Amino acid sequence: MLEIQGVNYFAGERHILKDLNLSVKENSVHSILGVNGTGKTTLGFVLMGLSGYRPTSGRILFCGSDITDLSITDRARMGLTLAWQHSTSFEGITIRDYLLVASRNAKTHGDGGVDAADALRALGLEPDEYLNRNYDSTLSGGERKRIELAAIMVMRPRLAILDEPDSGIDAISIEKIADVIRHINQNGSTILLITHSWKIAGIADISSSLCNGTILLSGEPYRVTQFFVRQCQQCTHKNEPKPEEIIDAEG
Amino acid sequence: MRKVDYSGEFEAIVETLEKVGGDRSVFEDGDASFLVVSGNRVLARNVTAGLAVEVEENEDGVSVDLTVQDDVVLPRPVHLCFGIVHKTGIQRIRSRYIIGDNSKISFIAHCSFPNAEDIVHAMDAEIVIGEHSRVRYNEVHFHGPEGGISVLPEGRISVGTNSSYFSEFKLVDGAVGIFDMNYTVDVGDYGVTELVTKLYGKKNDRIKIKESIHLNGIHSRGIAKTRIVNKESSTSEVLGEVIGNGSYSRGHVDCTEIIEGNDAAASAVPLVKVTNPLAKVTHEAAIGSVDKNQVETLMARGLDENEAIDTIVKGILK
Ligand SMILES: Nc1ncnc2c1ncn2[C@@H]1O[C@H](COP(=O)(O)OP(=O)(O)OP(=O)(O)O)[C@@H](O)[C@H]1O
Ligand SMILES: [Mg+2]
Repeated sequence: MLEIQGVNYFAGERHILKDLNLSVKENSVHSILGVNGTGKTTLGFVLMGLSGYRPTSGRILFCGSDITDLSITDRARMGLTLAWQHSTSFEGITIRDYLLVASRNAKTHGDGGVDAADALRALGLEPDEYLNRNYDSTLSGGERKRIELAAIMVMRPRLAILDEPDSGIDAISIEKIADVIRHINQNGSTILLITHSWKIAGIADISSSLCNGTILLSGEPYRVTQFFVRQCQQCTHKNEPKPEEIIDAEG
Repeated sequence: MRKVDYSGEFEAIVETLEKVGGDRSVFEDGDASFLVVSGNRVLARNVTAGLAVEVEENEDGVSVDLTVQDDVVLPRPVHLCFGIVHKTGIQRIRSRYIIGDNSKISFIAHCSFPNAEDIVHAMDAEIVIGEHSRVRYNEVHFHGPEGGISVLPEGRISVGTNSSYFSEFKLVDGAVGIFDMNYTVDVGDYGVTELVTKLYGKKNDRIKIKESIHLNGIHSRGIAKTRIVNKESSTSEVLGEVIGNGSYSRGHVDCTEIIEGNDAAASAVPLVKVTNPLAKVTHEAAIGSVDKNQVETLMARGLDENEAIDTIVKGILK
């Protein structure tokens, strides 16, 4: 469903994504693991086509079409969206309006979409308390994360990039977040899941580890997670893997 | 004393009032206080218990004296409607509102100038609020599409001990024309004030705002909040001033001005000053185009760029 072919991205002089290749299968949950600063968020931005995030080379194919040169809007209308690691806030836009923005515009996956109140409830937010509240800076970080996910539930995109949907969420609620992601997936959305959390990564069908802007290895979530914990998290030369470690990982 | 003159002018004013969300049933209701003035003529009025209103028709407008006795809690807002339905004219509203102690009142003012080509609407208001009272003043303007109007509101407000004054001024429908506002609020011990001003400038509109809050009392608080969007060749200048004189007074100036397009311009001068070492005032001003992250967030949900900007601007001016 999503093919990333030899993508390179520079921020000024800095080479951030390096000849990145990745293939995400339809209906799967594909997780991306990587330590801070490996380029996970940058990858999400490049995929969504944010301004200033055009790859210098390489192609991105979505549902068989080359979307490398398409606008954010066109990508969204094809069914691609992004839940932000750090979402922005708005003045005078209610949470209800924010949740419904997508359903009126982007291409959803058919019938059976979740209504705004049910989506909030699924994420542990009481609709009576939140629907008419503004999506502004008075919301806490955790509330904001949940609302981002609720928006994805309502939108039912074909592919959702979730950038750390678990960060800033208390441990007790992680299970709830995992359930929701599973639900979104079962409702027909493919998911590219950027996360650090064991529990969340556990839902994935396939995992890839990202190091220094390249995919080090992809495969069974358990194996990739183990590699991530043993190698990446201990890594002394942050984001510069030695060739023998890559071989080790594939070992 | 209730009086309603159901003439054509009254109809025209009420029609534009409904366009900005007003409710005509108020004028058919004996329990609601209202005053409708077209040019210099009082078209309708009703005054309920606890309130005293004197209106004098002058050559170029009206003088309104309104008094709220002590210990009066008005359950419903007082509706004020000012306007001129003709293309030209002058309307000067001189008003003096005296609010007693332990009272509560809110005003909803609608000002409509749907056909303005050459109109001056000047407002000179003095509001004196006693102790332990709550006052709210919401004003919404409705102008026609041509900018042939000058709106000149001036206000001096004094907020007594432990009282509050909240005002919201909105001019987002139709052309602003020339707008020159000058408000000063003096706040006593434990008093609170919040001034919110929202305008949508278009074409050749010229917006000038000066809001000044003097936090004189101990533990007094105040915020001056301005939201302006400028399109086409419109310009805005905002001077938001908060002065902390009282011990433990806290004040804030919060100004956002957005410009769309290359010909619009905006400036903000937040002036914060303390004369007491125990006072603290802060300010924030954001001037520029619509926030890129906000636009891209909405685009990632399928809105095109213009729809996204429109949604954001409507939210800010809501
Ligand atoms: N505009 C830029 N200019 C210079 N460096 C940048 C720019 N944008 C990102 N970077 C750098 O690129 C690297 C990747 O950033 P990115 O935000 O993609 O990391 P991440 O993997 O999402 O990290 P985290 O886990 O902390 O969210 C970081 O080292 C960051 O400092
Ligand atoms: Mg990140």
